[in-house]
Amino acid sequence: MKNFLEHTGIEPGRLHFSWISSAESTKFVDVVTKITDEVKMLDPANKKYVKTEPKVD
Amino acid sequence: MTEYTDKIKEISKRVLAEGRVEMVIGFRKGSVPMMNQPHLATSAESVDELVWDSNCGLNLANYITDKKGTIGIIAKGCDSRNIVTHVIENKIKRDQLYIIGVPCTGMIDHHKINAMFDSEILTVEESGDQITISGNGFSETKDKQELLQENCTVCTHRNPVEYDELAGNLVEEQKNVDQYASVTKVESLSADEKWNYFEDLLSPCIRCYACRNACPLCYCPTCFVDESRPQWVGKSQDPTDVKTFHLLRAYHCAGRCTDCGACERACPMGIKIREFTKKLNKDCQELYGWEAGLSLDERPPLDTFKTDDPDEFIK
Repeated sequence: MKNFLEHTGIEPGRLHFSWISSAESTKFVDVVTKITDEVKMLDPANKKYVKTEPKVD
Repeated sequence: MTEYTDKIKEISKRVLAEGRVEMVIGFRKGSVPMMNQPHLATSAESVDELVWDSNCGLNLANYITDKKGTIGIIAKGCDSRNIVTHVIENKIKRDQLYIIGVPCTGMIDHHKINAMFDSEILTVEESGDQITISGNGFSETKDKQELLQENCTVCTHRNPVEYDELAGNLVEEQKNVDQYASVTKVESLSADEKWNYFEDLLSPCIRCYACRNACPLCYCPTCFVDESRPQWVGKSQDPTDVKTFHLLRAYHCAGRCTDCGACERACPMGIKIREFTKKLNKDCQELYGWEAGLSLDERPPLDTFKTDDPDEFIK
């Protein structure tokens, strides 16, 4: 899935997978912090899979 | 490959007469050149309509899903792999089928041939490995090898993997073909270039779903694109919706696609839809050493769990 989405042009670093048990609160915090940090470093203008107003020719 | 026709007719008549099968699924001549259509023959007279040539690119495994009764089916390499996939996925029982195997030397690409000529093509005739294309005021003979569908040029399973009887001698398999050349090319691009490549690729898509209908893997009673409660994907022509459809469609074929090329053949816009499924095939090959539809005794990788399954993507 990750390979495939990145193959079609999603930047590496946008998509994250993790396995966290409901008892692993500290792991959850760590992972989410890491993900938000990583995603913030990416170009915010690079909006993919966001629908825009239809183009009128 | 036209010489298979007589043998196919002979076998079909015999298995029908013996009562081994209730119908034989094959091809008959279409109403326009290069467009053979599926044909379900139930009597000796209708068997006479069966043909075999280089225009049998559709995948007949598409027509056996959940069928009752006994069926004879004519299967080239890719069809036979899809039949195996159907059996593995419990869409048909192996003993319901009588598989008439056809060693294949590739199917010709009607998109490619139509693009070569400005005016309408009226007849396409085949003799050995020469194809003669003619229309009003022109006639040209070409090597079949030049006209093959792209998936046929990189095919490594021309002979059927599962059959009860063969309609011809086994052919030599192609070696030293780079099955994934087009994927490797895209892999070397940057993220933005990849994005633009696929935007361009899909821009002609009219969401007709011909690719889905032609695909033997797409047998869900209600496809996710047709469902409205819940509505998984927007029904518009917005590039986001178009892309979502194609990505999900391809992902549903992961580990199952045999690269038969029926989707590309059916596409009225000539989109290279295999670019998506090819990548997934390549991943399956690299991660699990898996090629779909080669054995009745092996479960597909996305259906099994092994402790050494690759898990680099998950943290």
